[in-house]
Amino acid sequence: MSPLLRIENLSVTFATRAGPVEALRGIDLTLGAGQTLGIVGESGSGKSVTAFATTRLLDRAGRIAGGRILFKGQDVSRLSAKEMQGLHGAAISMIFQNPRAALNPIRTVGLQLADALRAHRDLSAAAARARALGLLNAVLIRDPERRLDAYPHELSGGMCQRVMIALAIACEPALLIADEPTTGLDVTTQKTVMDLLARITAERGMAMILITHDLGLAAQYCGRVAVMERGRLVEEAAPGRLFAHPQHPYTKRLVAASPTPNSTLADLVGEMRPAGAGIPAAARPAPPRGTPLLLEVRDLVKRYGSAAAVDGISLTMRPGESLGLVGESGSGKSTTSRLICRLIDPSEGTILFDGQSIGTVPARDFHRSELRRAIQIVFQDPNDSLNPRFSAFDSIAQPLRRLTDLRGAALRARVMESAERSGLPPNLIDRFPHQLSGGQKARIGIARAIAVRPRFLILDEPTAALDVSVQAMILHLLDRLRREDDLAFLFVSHDLNVVRMMCDRTIVLQNGRVVEEGASDTLFARPQSAYARELLAAIPHFEPGASLAATA
Amino acid sequence: MLGHLGWVLRRNPLTALASAGALVLCLVAAFSPWLTPYDPIASDVPIALQPPSAAHWAGTDQLGRDLLSRIIAATRLDLAIALSAVGFSFVVGAVIGSFCGYAGGKLDRAVGRLVDVLMAFPLFVLAMAMVAALGNRVENIVVATALINLPFYIRFARAEVNVRRDLGWVEAARAAGESHAAVVLRYLLPNILPAMAVQISLNLGWAILNAAGLSFIGLGVRPPTPEWGILVAEGARFITTGKWWLVAFPGLALMLSVLCFNLMGDGLRDILDPRQRT
Repeated sequence: MSPLLRIENLSVTFATRAGPVEALRGIDLTLGAGQTLGIVGESGSGKSVTAFATTRLLDRAGRIAGGRILFKGQDVSRLSAKEMQGLHGAAISMIFQNPRAALNPIRTVGLQLADALRAHRDLSAAAARARALGLLNAVLIRDPERRLDAYPHELSGGMCQRVMIALAIACEPALLIADEPTTGLDVTTQKTVMDLLARITAERGMAMILITHDLGLAAQYCGRVAVMERGRLVEEAAPGRLFAHPQHPYTKRLVAASPTPNSTLADLVGEMRPAGAGIPAAARPAPPRGTPLLLEVRDLVKRYGSAAAVDGISLTMRPGESLGLVGESGSGKSTTSRLICRLIDPSEGTILFDGQSIGTVPARDFHRSELRRAIQIVFQDPNDSLNPRFSAFDSIAQPLRRLTDLRGAALRARVMESAERSGLPPNLIDRFPHQLSGGQKARIGIARAIAVRPRFLILDEPTAALDVSVQAMILHLLDRLRREDDLAFLFVSHDLNVVRMMCDRTIVLQNGRVVEEGASDTLFARPQSAYARELLAAIPHFEPGASLAATA
Repeated sequence: MLGHLGWVLRRNPLTALASAGALVLCLVAAFSPWLTPYDPIASDVPIALQPPSAAHWAGTDQLGRDLLSRIIAATRLDLAIALSAVGFSFVVGAVIGSFCGYAGGKLDRAVGRLVDVLMAFPLFVLAMAMVAALGNRVENIVVATALINLPFYIRFARAEVNVRRDLGWVEAARAAGESHAAVVLRYLLPNILPAMAVQISLNLGWAILNAAGLSFIGLGVRPPTPEWGILVAEGARFITTGKWWLVAFPGLALMLSVLCFNLMGDGLRDILDPRQRT
C-alpha cells in the first residue's frame, strides 16, 4: 500500500530582495495513514515551510522549486487552487501556532465550525449546528452548548486551541498538521491540549505531523521524529533511539542543549562553549547566615481595578543569591518582577532593598533614586527590548549616561567591556537591532543591564524567545556573570527545568500568591503542594540514554 | 537605508517621479524671485488677456500680468502656507498625541473627546469661520489650516505610541533611569517619526488645497498677491469668453502639486511598510 503522504526531494525558495533564498533544499519524508511524525528544529530550519508547502499555503514570495508532494498518490504541488480547496480541511487540515489569531474574532465559535462543515458537505444550518456541538464535545470543552454562541475573545487560549482542533477535525481529514500548536500556552494547558490531540488522532485514525521546537513534546507524542537543520532533514528515527543515540552532529548538539529534569548547567553545551562554563553551578558557596538581606518584600499587593494581579507576596533574598519565580500566565510573576524593579507602583506592601524602603518611592520618581543603578532588569523578548533606533552601542551606553558619571573614553571603555563580557563580538557594536540575530540581541540586553554594575538583576524569562542552543549559551553566560560580579538574580520563568538549574531557591506562584517555596533541589525532587506537582508532571521530557530500553 | 530607498524607488517609478516633482516644487518656491520672467505684480494693460505665446508661455491676465510669473510667485506662498501649517500641527499634534498614548487614563480620554468634537465639524467650514473671525490674513490661514489638521496628528501619534508603550525597550529605558517625559520625547517620538512622515506628505497636498480653497472664496490671501486659489478665482470670470488659460494653468499647478505630495506619501508608506522589506 502506498503511504498517505510522500514528500520527494522537495525544495522551496523564497524571493527576497537579496535574491532567492532556499528554505528547503530537497527533503524526503513519508508518512503512513494513522502515523504520527514530529518535525523538530530551530528557527529557520524550514519545519514550518514544509507544512505550508504541503498544504500549499506558502505566502506569495515562496515557490515550490522542485520535488513532489504525493498525498494519496496525487501530486499536491501540481494541483490548481480550486482542486486544492477541496482538499483543505476535508483531506488535510492544519492547526496554527496562535489560535487567537487563527479564529475569526467576529463570528461565534459555532458559526465558524458550521462554516467549515458546510464548505465540504451539504448540510442544513441546524444539522451543522448539531455536528458543531458534537465536535465541541469531542474536544472536551465544558458547557459546549453555551460555547457554541461564544466569540473567540470570550475563551481562554487553551479553549481557543481546542476550538481550532475541532475545526481541523471537522471534516475528518486523513492528515492533520499541527504547527507549534501549544506555543504560548501554559505547560498544564499544553499537556491537556496535546493529550487531546493524541487521543483524537488515535481514535479517528488520522495521521499527524507535529511541528515543534520542543524535543520533549515530540518525543512524548510522536512515533517518529525528524530533525531539520537549515532546510535539510538531517536525521529521522523513533524518538527513543534518536534522543538516546543521536547520529548527526546537529541532533547531538540539539539534544545536549535541551534542558532535562536531571541536567545541570554544565551539561548544556552550546554551540560555542564560553570560557569558564565548565565550573559547576553548585560550586558557589551559599551566603553565610547572618548576612543582611539584600531584598525583603512583605505582603506585596498590586490591584488592577478590583482584580489583584499580585495578592500578598512576601520573599527575601540575600546578596549573591539566585531565586526562581515560576508560575503560569496570570500567576503574577511578571507583575511582581516589575514591582520590585520599581517600574510600577504596588497597591500595598513594603519593598526593602538593602534596608531602604523603596516601595514608597513612586515609580515615576525612581529614576532619580541612587538605587536605580543597583536594580536592573533583562527583558523577555530580545526582539522588542531594544530601541530600533539605537545602535548596540547606544543601547548599552544609555543607562551609563543616565545613571553614572562616565563620559567619553571611559564610557566607551565600559560599554565595550560589558559587551565583551556578554559575548557580543566588538565588530557588531555599531549595528542596529534589525541587523542582529535573536541571540545577539539577548546579549545586548544583558550587557545593558550589567553595564551599570547592579547588585540585583531581574531576569524576566530571558531565554523564552530563543532557540535551545542559544538558550544554553545565554544561561551559561548569566551564570558566569553572576559568579563574577556576585550578583543576586531574580529569575522569572515558566520553564521549570531552567529555573532548577539556575536558582538556589524557587518560589512557585499561582493566582498572585506563593504556593510553595524552598531550595530548588528539594522542591523539584519532592514538591509538596498539589499545584507544583501538577506543573512538574506536565513538562514533556525525553531522557537521553534512558528511554531506549523502554522502547526496544 | 539609502540602498533600501534606491531599491524601493526603482520598484515604484511613480514614487520616484512624484518625489522628483515635489523636489522641483520646493526648488521653484525657494528661488521664485529669480525664476519669474516678468514682475508678477506690475500690470501692462496693452497686452491684457493674451493667449499663451513664446513671450508669455502661460498667457497674460486682464491687467496684462504674465501668468507664468504669477504662478511661480504663488508657488512660494502656497507652499509656505502648507508647510508651516502642517509643521505646526505635526509638532503640536505629535507631542500631545504621544503623551496621551503613553499616559492613557483620564488625560487620554479628555483629549480624545476634545479631538472628537473638533472632528465632528465640517473642517473646511470651520477653517472658513476661523479666518473670517480672526481676520483676512495669511497668518490666520496658517493657524486655521493647522488647527483643522491637529486632530489627525493627535490621533495618529496616540495610536502609534499606544502600541509601543508596553514594549520591552520602553520599560528598559525606564530601568536605565529615564523619566516618563524623556521616554516619550527621546524614545517614542523618534520611533513614530517614519510613520508620521507619511501623514505629513499626504497632508501637505491637502493643506495646499485648503489654503487655495480659502483664497478662492475670498478669505485669506487677497489680490493682487499671486496665489493659486486667487488666480483660479480671477480666471473663472473669463472662462465663458474662452480665455481658458487663466484657469487652466493655475489649476494645473495646484493639481500637480497635490498629486505629487499624495503620491509621495503613498510611496513613503510603501517604503516604511515592513512587509515590503522581506
